[in-house]
Amino acid sequence: MISAIAGLFGRLNGTALPHEPVTQGGAVLMVLSLLAVAAILTYFKRWKWLWKEWLTSVDPKKIGVMYIVIALLMLARGAADAVMMRIQQATSVGAHHGIISSDTFQQVFSAHGTIMIFFVGMGLMFGLINLVVPLQIGARDVAFPTLNAISFWLFASGMVLVNLSLVVGEFSAAGWLAYPPLSELKFSPGVGVDYWIWSLEVAGIGSLLSAINFITTIIKMRAPGMNLMKMPMFVWSVLGSLSLVAFAFPILTVTLTLLFLDRALGMHFFTAIGGGNPMMYVNLIWAWGHPEVYILVLPAFGVFSEIVPAYSRKALFGYTSMVWAIWAIVLLSFLVWLHHFFTMGAGANVNAFFGIMTMLIAVPTGVKIFNWLFTMYRGRVHFASPMIWFLGFVFLFTMGGVAGVLMAVPAIDFQVHNSLFLVAHFHTMIVTGVVFGFFAGITYWFPKFVGFKLHEGLGKLAAKLWIVGFVLAFGPLYILGLMGATRRLDHYDPSTGWQPLFIIAGIGVAIIVAGAAVQILQLVVSIIQRNENLDNTGDIWNARSLEWSTASPPPHYNFAHVPVVQSRDAWWVQKRGKKPQSQPYHSIKAPNNTASGVLAGAFSFVIGFGAIWHIWWLFGAGFLATILTVIIRSSSEDNEHTISAKEIAAIEGQRSYA
Amino acid sequence: MVVGLLAAAVWYFHGHTVPVLEPSGTVGHKERNLIIVGLLLAVLVVVPVYAMTIFISLKYREGNPKHKAKYSPDWDGDRRLELTWWAIPGIIILVLSVITWNSSHALDPFKPLVSDKPALSIQVVSLDWKWLFIYPTQGIASVNYLRVPVGVPLNFEVTSDSVMNSFWVPALGSQIYAMPGMSTQVHLMASKAGGFYGSSANISGAGFAGMHFTTQAVSQSQFSGWVKQRQQSPQPLSQSAYDGLATPTLNNPVAFYSHVKPGIFDDIILKYLPPSDREAANLHIPGASI
Repeated sequence: MISAIAGLFGRLNGTALPHEPVTQGGAVLMVLSLLAVAAILTYFKRWKWLWKEWLTSVDPKKIGVMYIVIALLMLARGAADAVMMRIQQATSVGAHHGIISSDTFQQVFSAHGTIMIFFVGMGLMFGLINLVVPLQIGARDVAFPTLNAISFWLFASGMVLVNLSLVVGEFSAAGWLAYPPLSELKFSPGVGVDYWIWSLEVAGIGSLLSAINFITTIIKMRAPGMNLMKMPMFVWSVLGSLSLVAFAFPILTVTLTLLFLDRALGMHFFTAIGGGNPMMYVNLIWAWGHPEVYILVLPAFGVFSEIVPAYSRKALFGYTSMVWAIWAIVLLSFLVWLHHFFTMGAGANVNAFFGIMTMLIAVPTGVKIFNWLFTMYRGRVHFASPMIWFLGFVFLFTMGGVAGVLMAVPAIDFQVHNSLFLVAHFHTMIVTGVVFGFFAGITYWFPKFVGFKLHEGLGKLAAKLWIVGFVLAFGPLYILGLMGATRRLDHYDPSTGWQPLFIIAGIGVAIIVAGAAVQILQLVVSIIQRNENLDNTGDIWNARSLEWSTASPPPHYNFAHVPVVQSRDAWWVQKRGKKPQSQPYHSIKAPNNTASGVLAGAFSFVIGFGAIWHIWWLFGAGFLATILTVIIRSSSEDNEHTISAKEIAAIEGQRSYA
Repeated sequence: MVVGLLAAAVWYFHGHTVPVLEPSGTVGHKERNLIIVGLLLAVLVVVPVYAMTIFISLKYREGNPKHKAKYSPDWDGDRRLELTWWAIPGIIILVLSVITWNSSHALDPFKPLVSDKPALSIQVVSLDWKWLFIYPTQGIASVNYLRVPVGVPLNFEVTSDSVMNSFWVPALGSQIYAMPGMSTQVHLMASKAGGFYGSSANISGAGFAGMHFTTQAVSQSQFSGWVKQRQQSPQPLSQSAYDGLATPTLNNPVAFYSHVKPGIFDDIILKYLPPSDREAANLHIPGASI
């Protein structure tokens, strides 16, 4: 009887709880924070508000905010992992063994990479896309609002799975890409790799659905007159990035499924024995993994293409060549995956081909940098904090790019591959490209969606701390790599002489953390002083694209009248032209809120949890429930409501203009 | 402060070598030279970008007291300028592409080095979590310790009897993956005597950080003497000794073996293949007949 009941829980039993002080501390901290949030919501009687206004919302402006909130929380988690790694590597030398065991250390760096790419990078990206794209193309919504909510909740569900591994079970210790044979059952018998697989499976399908949704939105829902070559550059970058998602993420989904089949059903896709081939996995995962880098960085480039003209009070330089540069990067990013494993022993011709393709990407990227600089040239550049992030990006990203071009030469890569030189390189690209770009974007668009500006002085201070901290944290890593230090070491010998450089890197990370603390302070101060920084005009930066033509924050329907676009920089041109005659308002149809997003997310969490712990009845139930949720929602007739012309007139009447 | 930092850097690098930039092997030396050529080419783009960024930021900043800077808010492109920055980086990349093509062939790790001296064959097996080095001709083997003669081409055949690892001695040059059921090759040569750090560059599980070893490059005569001495080692590398060695251990101490079982390296690879493939594969593995 007891064994029958235990059988219902698959591999799950009492031993799943954390054993080590650091992980126990992390787990307790997380559970306590959740309880605190629940208590606050209960005390202020906000549960119903949360459910009706946010969780069931299909408004991309709200979904965008939820993406960004999750991404920033995950940034804190990923940063905590980074701090642990830096402390470990600064102290674990010779007779000392640092603060965590090697197994925990390996889980920490695996979680750090996974969380930073999938839940911070992708979260910030989809957050900004949700907020900005519909407004920039003059649309009132996305093509498939409910699907958008489902995509978000799949992302959230993947995020919950990653974090649950801290409390119940363990996380993968096989690195953020979990190469077999190490990630096969024989070498990783626990649930860690399964947590990794399923959190990415679930979140990855969310990303794919979201990409399809926004590609459709951009192609089909642009305001009248906005042909492709009049789209804002951010929209172009998003179109490029999401085209990559549409082609790359199915590869990820299938690869993870095959790995799971190996692990759960004893198949041999990637095992070393039984006819499997781990090299196939390495190829497949990078066929997704390399485009992923450009998926993240293209929208960040798009952000810079918005803020540089806005703060330079000048049109974007070289619009057409910017568009070509984006599509050159999109195409090339699918032709370079092998540069992640030149050292696997492909022949000289193959290595040289992929090396040359990789270097070619430097050309369109360089073109973009020159165009941004020439946007500033003969402009009137206002160095607001987004521009400080931009300057940090130009200086550091260029350096990282040089390291990248060097590593694209296979014979050089043989000497730096998997060393800390590589780690320093890709952090330079992702932190100064993606993270700096999205921080700049959040600062720039914050007043549009919240209604007031962020504190400028603290914003600049934060940017400077991040830049200085970054140089100190990653400069030493380039040198360490050239000294032969490989990545992912939880311990090393004092005779290597690496310790002083690891300590400097640790100081750098401390400065970055200080920068992040200033950002939290900035948010708090900005909220307190919000009345001094209100955006009453809707166009606080005197900017150029359509999102600035509506109120801040925008009404639920975005635009009372669908804008008619004559040219690029539609709002800039409209502002300088004649004031349009006032037109009568018409009623607008808007989608109803729905619980189906939350439910689909919850059920897909159940699918993942069942699969991870081999609780197959739960897995099947979750699968059925997810499908049913979608079918029921799709067959529902009553899913729109009308905002009457009178209501619109009332809302628009309250709007103040400059 | 700048002087202090420089002094600290000079003091630090006086005490420590940077093997990738100060290699002791012929391949590593060529790779170091490639790094320098690549950096010099990159400078051609980086310096103008930095100079332009500083110049433009200062001159066109809002509130520049000189007020002479031109303002052209609608100037949104210039075909010749744009062509320039498609073309110049393009030309630099073209030059680098030629270098890439040639160096990929010249420094292909599978390509034997040209030398008038006969090559020394060394078989490398990554295990959980240690390195086994087999000298098949000499019939000796060592764990977590590699000794090589200076000026002699070294033919490494690399495999794994566990998960994937990467065999890397930065002072000598190129690394190569060690993978189960396969053999990869890397050809290196020490140009200077000395003790060099080597390790696995690919995460391989719990004992990964302990998978480092010393590579000792010595003169040909010292190497021969060492071989003779090791051939007297009391412990033979029989199949059962190997099976014991293959069980997972952490921070395995250096160990030496004599009388290596002939063909053991091929057996390690072949056992991963289905029986039907083993015979066919046997014909293709270099060094299969010892």
